[in-house]
Amino acid sequence: MKTAALTVTTPSERELVMTREFAAPRGMVFDALTKPELVQRWLLGPPGWTMPVCDIDLRVGGKYRYVWRNADGREMGMGGTFKEMVRPSRLVATESYDDHWTGGETLVTTELVETRGRTTVSTTVRYATREARDAALKMGATKGLEASYVRLDELLTA
Amino acid sequence: MKPISYTLDATFAALADPTRRAILARLATGEASVAELAEPFDMTQPAISKHLKVLERAGLISRGREAQRRPRRLEPRPLADATDWIERYRRIWEGNFKRLDAVLQELKHKQKKTIDALLDEVKPKPNKKRRTR
Repeated sequence: MKTAALTVTTPSERELVMTREFAAPRGMVFDALTKPELVQRWLLGPPGWTMPVCDIDLRVGGKYRYVWRNADGREMGMGGTFKEMVRPSRLVATESYDDHWTGGETLVTTELVETRGRTTVSTTVRYATREARDAALKMGATKGLEASYVRLDELLTA
Repeated sequence: MKPISYTLDATFAALADPTRRAILARLATGEASVAELAEPFDMTQPAISKHLKVLERAGLISRGREAQRRPRRLEPRPLADATDWIERYRRIWEGNFKRLDAVLQELKHKQKKTIDALLDEVKPKPNKKRRTR
């Protein structure tokens, strides 16, 4: 199957927008984005990570909590609160990492639009301040490097 | 060296303006003087100079030595850093979404099987005549 293109843009100094189309109706995509047993199968980030904790209380005011674990034992956790929940078209939630590497709380808006059985998901990440985004950029770059190094380690020990 | 967050911030701020992006696109084809840059934009030289200052501060362009023309030229490094960061972000999410594709394929398959099973139950018996429109 051909992989759909992912677009990543930075429309303002506090925002990042990601858009991707999926070959499934919107209700199904919404489920895959919000049902723990499904989320745990794909929201894993760089290679080497699993998601042992995925609790989602899907309602306005409800909380969610994710924890990832690396093969080497490192853990990374994050969570937040749902601000808006319109099944199957819209989800707004706060997002905060335990070690605050994104420089505080971000607001994540997810919108799902269906056309002829296919669903376009756009995710807008809005950082609290420009400084927060700066910190996220800096850490994001570091984490990305880290992931590359982990992969390099894997290659070297293979 | 400036911390990467500072540099990236200046880069993104500088790139947020369409005129500045157009200036960069022009400079990507070769260096140009302020007068040469002002011409296609229908802007005064001071207005262009303002944009150039922002681009310069972000490290996106530099000035040539030539005393009279002082041509501006593109500095590719900060642009590469900025796209690099987005690239890293993109790679992580491409991985996530590829796995999500697989999950959705499976859900669709399951749904189809359920529907087929239901249709099977309500299917008319073979001896019954098929209704025609």
